[in-house]
Amino acid sequence: MERLEVLKTYKIYIGGQFPRTESGRYYTPVNKAGKALGNICLSSRKDVRNAVSAARKAFGGWSERAAFNRGQIIYRIAEMLEGRRLQFIEELQLQGSTKKAAEEEVNLTIDRIVYYAGWCDKYQAIVSSVNPVASSHFNFSVAEPMGVVGVVAPENTSLIGLVSLVLPAICGGNTVVVLAAEHLPLCAVTFAEVVNSSDVPGGVINILTGSNKEMNPTLSTHMDVNAIVYGGNDALALKELQENAVLNVKRVFAYTNDWSKADAQGLHFISDTQEIKTTWHPIENIGGAASSY
Amino acid sequence: MATKKNTPVVEWDYSPSLEGTSHIQLKKQYDLFIDGKWVKPSSGKYFQTINPANEEVLSEVAYGNEKDVDLAVKAARKAYKEVWSVMPASERAKYIYRIARIMQERARELAVIETLDAGKTIRESRDIDVPLACNHFFYYAGWADKLEYAFPNRKVESIGVAGQIIPWNFPLLMAAWKIAPALAAGNTVVLKPAETTPLTALKLAEIIEASGLPAGVVNIVTGFGDTGAAIVNHADVDKIAFTGSTNVGKIIQKAVAGTSKKLTLELGGKSANIIFDDAPIDQAVEGIINGIFFNQGHVCCAGSRLFVQENVADKVIAKLKDRLNSLYLGNPLDKNTDIGAINSKEQLETINKYIKIGKQEGAEMYQPTCSIPKKGFYCPPTLFTNVAQSNVIAQEEIFGPVLTIQTFRTVDEVIQKANNTPFGLAAGVWTDKGSRIFNLTTKLRAGVIWANTYNKFDPTSPFGGYKESGFGREGGLHGLSSYVKLV
Repeated sequence: MERLEVLKTYKIYIGGQFPRTESGRYYTPVNKAGKALGNICLSSRKDVRNAVSAARKAFGGWSERAAFNRGQIIYRIAEMLEGRRLQFIEELQLQGSTKKAAEEEVNLTIDRIVYYAGWCDKYQAIVSSVNPVASSHFNFSVAEPMGVVGVVAPENTSLIGLVSLVLPAICGGNTVVVLAAEHLPLCAVTFAEVVNSSDVPGGVINILTGSNKEMNPTLSTHMDVNAIVYGGNDALALKELQENAVLNVKRVFAYTNDWSKADAQGLHFISDTQEIKTTWHPIENIGGAASSY
Repeated sequence: MATKKNTPVVEWDYSPSLEGTSHIQLKKQYDLFIDGKWVKPSSGKYFQTINPANEEVLSEVAYGNEKDVDLAVKAARKAYKEVWSVMPASERAKYIYRIARIMQERARELAVIETLDAGKTIRESRDIDVPLACNHFFYYAGWADKLEYAFPNRKVESIGVAGQIIPWNFPLLMAAWKIAPALAAGNTVVLKPAETTPLTALKLAEIIEASGLPAGVVNIVTGFGDTGAAIVNHADVDKIAFTGSTNVGKIIQKAVAGTSKKLTLELGGKSANIIFDDAPIDQAVEGIINGIFFNQGHVCCAGSRLFVQENVADKVIAKLKDRLNSLYLGNPLDKNTDIGAINSKEQLETINKYIKIGKQEGAEMYQPTCSIPKKGFYCPPTLFTNVAQSNVIAQEEIFGPVLTIQTFRTVDEVIQKANNTPFGLAAGVWTDKGSRIFNLTTKLRAGVIWANTYNKFDPTSPFGGYKESGFGREGGLHGLSSYVKLV
């Protein structure tokens, strides 16, 4: 008798836990061949709020970690994902990719994570500055994470788009609430499992599946979300996000990059979700002037 | 002349030292500066601008409407396409340097007009606003031909036509903050000054005219809120830069939603000024005074929420009250004056409304006994003690010489209290302990941290907020990114 396969229950990821949606609702996206991908959580507004709370709680600890340590943890995500290559390839194929395209997407994803792992302790040196003010002050500007960043993953990829938007945000010390691609949700959930097994503290990355149309308003009107990164290509949805962002002057970034391109990565994706903080301090200007050699 | 307050301690006074006004040239009427020419407003309407220190009319100024804005945007587009974006960057730089130089030559005139139109003290206009404005042009001029060094691994392009709307608290300085980086990066400009303080922007237009800057590169359209709205909503504007209140900023952010316009906002604040018990108290008291009473408190980054460590609170508050009694309030043109006029009648009413609310909420008010000039708009420097975190005066931006004082015991407590605001523009920290300064500068969620100093500005130093204080930076290398397209 052939062995009966154990099917996976796809869950959402909030604060380092894997609950089903608190609403008990689900949806069943199908692939091109008409095969159901699974009973995916149709996350509710409450799930979004819970995820934002978890992200806010995790922000202090994550943003204050040594940059080197963040780099190591992110590198660990790549290690864990490498170990699960086959699962991602299968899921991508189930969602409609060819084997070759699926392999390429997973390889690029792993490489992109390694790429951003390496940025963690380097971007600061490039985006910060010491400013030669005319008065007797030492003045410097540094980058600091914006806080909780909402990420609306691109609709046309299951894995690479989400990873391309999430990684620069967390590399820079932000925590994220991710709305996965509604019709290609499998890799998002499996990615959450990878994250969970790679030393990323709970709450740094939160991933929800469901209807963007339903979740976007809650995410974009939430007063504790500092910025939104939008990867979709729906102009009306973007406009709605931008209008809602006004409530607490959220920063909104919309990207239309083709994430499958090797060069769809870079420092600017990190610096977009950074604030610049400038500090002044007086310099004592008595004595010392004649003591140079 | 400066008006002496009745200090209970010592009677001493200065002789009046009025800055002359005979050297300045103000026209009776100013038109719009569009396409290098002075153009009458299509509506034919003008509005008066007055000296808030004595309510005398200084001049009347054109009220630009949608049609005028459209003309200005067309001129800016033409100048962008045909001249400014195709000019060698090093030539662009030379024009901007030239503007800086002529401003320096006419600095005294600009300072006096700024004081007349805005009510700010001549010492401030002369020593801070005008030199900083000149220096801002001089600083950004040098960036014009070095942009590729500012954005590693990216190709830098100009954006196009920038629509810029500036406030009344630093009229010339804000014009410089907006225009200089925009021009350096190769954009052309339509700028609207605030309705109560249009004169120095119009003088700047004269300087720009004299500099030989190609027609249409900078256009100045005076008017009211609807003039600004016409700029924001114009389809051919590529970039909006706004400095002003958070309320208006939100309206603009909403108007720009769904368009491809690039946006930067520099909005309100309710900045914390934190005094630890080991701080040099006398210096800190000067810092508190400068933090909140500089420019009559019409400063978006004003240190309007004072947090004093409990064990030194009595001492600090006593010294503050003493210091308040030695401040001179009166004619802004008098070089002795510390506190000038409130910018407008409306703003004075707003401030008085908040003072009333503060008293109703149960906070204790302290004002020095001082005589207020009969004409003009004035508000004595005001302290509130016994203030709760939930009080309106501790939460909302007053934009006047009103300070709320709260106490704290621990570092954690003060960080939480300081960050407990939707704003995030600036903060001050006073302590002798270096490690504590770095702890606080990291934890305070604000764009500018002044440690053992306050209200310092420089063209090389990026300025701008976190959270509802807006986004984008002005000044320094980071200020360039608001005016470039990176590909």
